[in-house]
Amino acid sequence: MNPENDAGHGRSGVSRRNFLGGGLVAAAVTPLLNATAEAEAAEAASATAGGVAQVLVRAAVNGAPVTVLVDPRATLLDTLRERLDLKGTKKGCDRGQCGACTVHVDGRRVLSCLTLAASTTGHEVTTIEGLADGDRLHPMQQAFIEHDGLQCGFCTPGQIMSAVAMVDDEGPARSDDEIRERMSGNICRCSAYPRIVDAIRDAQQVMR
Amino acid sequence: MRPYTFAQPRSVREALRGAGPDTAFLAGGTTLVDLMKLEVVTPERVVDINRLPLDGITLDHKGLHIGALERMSDVAADRRVRENYPMVAQALELSASAQLRNMASIGGNLLQRTRCGYFRDVSTPCNKREPGSGCSALEGINRGHAVLGTSDDCIASHPSDLAVPLVALSTVVHLASARGTRSVPLDTFYTLPGATPEVENVLRPNELITGITVPRSPWAAHSLYVKVRDRQSYEFALTSAAVALGMRGRTITSARVAAGGVGTRPWRLTAVERALTGRPATAATFEAAVVRAADGAQPREHNAFKPALLRRTLVRALTELQESR
Repeated sequence: MNPENDAGHGRSGVSRRNFLGGGLVAAAVTPLLNATAEAEAAEAASATAGGVAQVLVRAAVNGAPVTVLVDPRATLLDTLRERLDLKGTKKGCDRGQCGACTVHVDGRRVLSCLTLAASTTGHEVTTIEGLADGDRLHPMQQAFIEHDGLQCGFCTPGQIMSAVAMVDDEGPARSDDEIRERMSGNICRCSAYPRIVDAIRDAQQVMR
Repeated sequence: MRPYTFAQPRSVREALRGAGPDTAFLAGGTTLVDLMKLEVVTPERVVDINRLPLDGITLDHKGLHIGALERMSDVAADRRVRENYPMVAQALELSASAQLRNMASIGGNLLQRTRCGYFRDVSTPCNKREPGSGCSALEGINRGHAVLGTSDDCIASHPSDLAVPLVALSTVVHLASARGTRSVPLDTFYTLPGATPEVENVLRPNELITGITVPRSPWAAHSLYVKVRDRQSYEFALTSAAVALGMRGRTITSARVAAGGVGTRPWRLTAVERALTGRPATAATFEAAVVRAADGAQPREHNAFKPALLRRTLVRALTELQESR
């Protein structure tokens, strides 16, 4: 969560500021939406940041088409948060170990911190912002509120996205033990697990 | 992360064009993106292979064929895999988390890198990451490390669960390069660290795994994978056992046994297999067969429990398998 830490523990000397700065320059010259395919392709071919060719990504995010030019190193997580201003998806460990960054790609739960934005062209991404139907919360969101399935709330978007796909994509769990096993990729450091299990057990009844 | 160029080819031929030591093939990304962030792996070119036609699961008279880009979750859920190769499905389901299983490919699983903390930390010496720099694990924290197949230069354990039953079942790996294709038994695909721990397998820099074939056998359907770890879920194995038995009545006619968490590569236990074959499937047979399972083990300060834990893991797997008949 250290904002200076995005480029990893390595020795490249690429700071988050430089990295994002390059991206923002590219964003400024590239319309996010509604550009013609030829114009996009031409821009993508010529767009570089720090000497690295940028990649044009065309995906659907929460049901809307999105076109964005990214550094090939950009993760889906950073692109959602920093470029598309969808900050509901949380950056926990940034190493694929905590589950806080869980989103859906084509309806399946995946870790956005280990997904390169560049490889999401042609795919449908759903984040926590895309779950509610207008003001009507998704049954899983409602259940987490009713059961108080959180303390600090940082892991909650990941927990909810993971739980929704667990039920919708993979099928409801048949026992509390099964919920715990199938949700083991989402860590809650406040240890709200009992209430998370309660919430998921209830929500999957409504989701049927 | 270091800068790299990015390509998304649509054919194997296109993907292999120009591939070399500085190329990394990206499938699920669960190992590659992680290690690129840590700058343990620093490719100049990343070739996203997810658009290649390397998917598909088929079962025929030769066995089970799995495309390299099939995802762990899809293979684990496949009815043909579950019925005919239960320990393969079990090893997959006991791996990682649901999110990672949705992402990670079968080819990538077989090529995943060790979880040795020193390999992952670029500020410490590691012969696997930086040949000749030394091994920090020998005298460091080595609870998770290997006791079999180790060398004075590396004791990193092989992390894959899936590779353990696959080695037991004589799985063949299919490889493609610009010059053609070849197939290699998984058991000899992996190499021992010796003095060159940076080399982990016989895959050439310009080669790609395209798929695997798990042969048909009378024993694969009667098989079990047992994994022992520090927590109940979402953790790598301290020890694991893949066991498959061919039976006639109460007599074991054939046995396939391999272990995970203990070796620098997935560890086939042919001596245990021989000791089981032709004997009645009893507790006494199992206990006697595993006595020498960890022969040659070289335990270090924190992993000296592994030989005994391996023997008990094997007995538990054999016992549970027998009781499930």
